[in-house]
Amino acid sequence: MQPLVEVEDLSVDFVTRESRVRAVNGVSFSMMPGEVMCMLGESGSGKSVTMRALMRLLPPKRSEIGGRIRIAGQDVLAMDDRALRRMRGGVVSMIFQEPMTAFDPVVRVGDQIAEVVAQHRGVSRREGLRRALELFDLVRIPSAERRLQAYPHELSGGLRQRAMIALALSCEPKLLLADEPTTALDATVQIQVLILLRSLQRELGMSVVFVTHDLGVAAEIADRVAIMYAGRIVETGSVREVLRSPLHPYTSGLLGSTVHDQPRDRALETIPGAPPDMRALPPGCSFAPRCPQALGECASGPPPAVSPAPGRVARCLRVAAPQQPEYA
Amino acid sequence: MFSYVLRRLLAAVPIALGVSMVCFGLVYLAPGDPVQTLLPPDADAETVAQLKRLYGLDRPLAVQYLSWLGRVLSGDFGRSIATGRPVAEEIARSLGNTVLLAGLSVVVAFSVAFALGTIAGRRAGSWLDRCVTGVAVVGVSVPNYWLGIVLVIVFAVEMMALPASGMAGDGFDPTSWEHLKHLVLPVITLSMIPVGIIARTTRSAVSEVMNQEFVTTLRANGLPEWRVLRHALKNALPPVLAVMGLQFGTLMGGSILVETVFSWPGSGFLLSKAILTRDVPVLQGTILVLALIFVLTNLAVDLVQSSVDPRIRRA
Ligand SMILES: Nc1ncnc2c1ncn2[C@@H]1O[C@H](COP(=O)(O)OP(=O)(O)OP(=O)(O)O)[C@@H](O)[C@H]1O
Ligand SMILES: [Mg+2]
Repeated sequence: MQPLVEVEDLSVDFVTRESRVRAVNGVSFSMMPGEVMCMLGESGSGKSVTMRALMRLLPPKRSEIGGRIRIAGQDVLAMDDRALRRMRGGVVSMIFQEPMTAFDPVVRVGDQIAEVVAQHRGVSRREGLRRALELFDLVRIPSAERRLQAYPHELSGGLRQRAMIALALSCEPKLLLADEPTTALDATVQIQVLILLRSLQRELGMSVVFVTHDLGVAAEIADRVAIMYAGRIVETGSVREVLRSPLHPYTSGLLGSTVHDQPRDRALETIPGAPPDMRALPPGCSFAPRCPQALGECASGPPPAVSPAPGRVARCLRVAAPQQPEYA
Repeated sequence: MFSYVLRRLLAAVPIALGVSMVCFGLVYLAPGDPVQTLLPPDADAETVAQLKRLYGLDRPLAVQYLSWLGRVLSGDFGRSIATGRPVAEEIARSLGNTVLLAGLSVVVAFSVAFALGTIAGRRAGSWLDRCVTGVAVVGVSVPNYWLGIVLVIVFAVEMMALPASGMAGDGFDPTSWEHLKHLVLPVITLSMIPVGIIARTTRSAVSEVMNQEFVTTLRANGLPEWRVLRHALKNALPPVLAVMGLQFGTLMGGSILVETVFSWPGSGFLLSKAILTRDVPVLQGTILVLALIFVLTNLAVDLVQSSVDPRIRRA
């Protein structure tokens, strides 16, 4: 089977007249059809930028994308406007963190979905609305017919996010990028939306990249996790193995600072220090200044990706490398 | 929606009443006695008192206001002191000309400014944006009576291409070039400031909307750029409409100087004549009607805004 997504050595630079900041640096991963990957990492580590780069949604004048992105056999970075429009929504779609601001506030929700369906399938608005109704049923929005007529501000946060999912799924994409889709919701609603996403993923057999801060969520829905730090993926592997026996000290730190599965009497450990300044990264491992196990060599150059076991990759000098990784 | 319209209409009633009081009172705050202008400077006290009684100017102010309001409500604005003709008739004749001039100017200004502002707002920070902003600043800063005079000198006096003043005749015939020709210079003059103001408002509204998250959603769903822009413009429209309505109201009352420069027989021209002759009934009537038009314009803008933006109806 061919991978659905192949990303090789992806880099994203934000350029202004005065400065150039590398927000994503040498990210590589691949995903098989139907696979669910979670991206974890601190705020500012480049998760959203990576997602947006996959759909070429970054501001074209202020950003530069390097490396290779292939989705469903097509070279995304070489696409012209038409091919991009067909890919966006048709092959890959995205759910955003803030459902309140992600809809056009002055257009009825149903019409917004119908417009996208009409655009991709070349059908009438009316046909598009019929599809929107199907989708509202699919994402289990009660009184779907009436809700289609609602403006975004008339829906609750949970319903809005369901409508957002309906919009994203409207043209049956093969890959769904979910950028913290539950962060803005109440805890109980979060779980409902999560359960919905998982069951839809199984029903429709899509691949999903799920960005989250929450290890519990990752353990719940992902097949694989990728841990990002300062624009790099520092560790990937199957969710069970990474959570059970992390290779990278940063991953261990993340596991130690989570509320889940900790004895109540033990104090939560936080990772010492602050996230790095992306404009002035250290020459070696970006995590070295905060790393409890840092060696002298860590500061000399970025550690290469090593794969100590099949399916596992980490970028840390302390990890022994019995075999070369497929994707570095 | 219906209850919103009703609420807005009811809220306009006290505003209109307040406006009428101010209109009535303002004239009495101004120095000088209207009766004096009618009579020779050496008229004796007896004649002055007689004339005052004739116009009801000897009664208490509150009584004068109420009886004036009562007559105004029945459409009787009294008679012009200067011409002796009914004020309502004078206003009706001139108001149509002003509505024509101000309305056309606002439509022209809106079309030009909305296009300019959209171009600038989509590419905020580009050289195009800076050009548009420059044009807008110039438009707002140039005094319009000065611009009017310059245009008259260039196009009417030097090139003799366009008429300098007046209308082609009574009434307006939109199919006649002769009639339209007389509108060109006044409309250009009057629309200059609104072009600047509306362009700036459009620019900031569009550039703000283009930075909102939903624009990314639209693009992320593969909509072509013109559809994205259509969504953005619909969002940018309410504040622009509000400013446009205000500009229409301002032009209705603020065209005094321009109408005078072009001798355009509108309500501004009427007003300036009434000020010079201290024609109180004409002043009161004209100011009241212009102020009410201002109130109605704002009401209309509110209603149009709320039909574009559903969120406004709840407030
Ligand atoms: N449009 C942009 N222009 C300039 N810099 C940007 C832009 N978007 C993101 N960045 C920078 O890129 C870096 C990565 O940001 P990104 O949004 O990907 O973080 P994230 O991992 O998604 O964080 P969070 O968990 O807070 O969502 C940040 O340092 C941010 O300042
Ligand atoms: Mg993010």
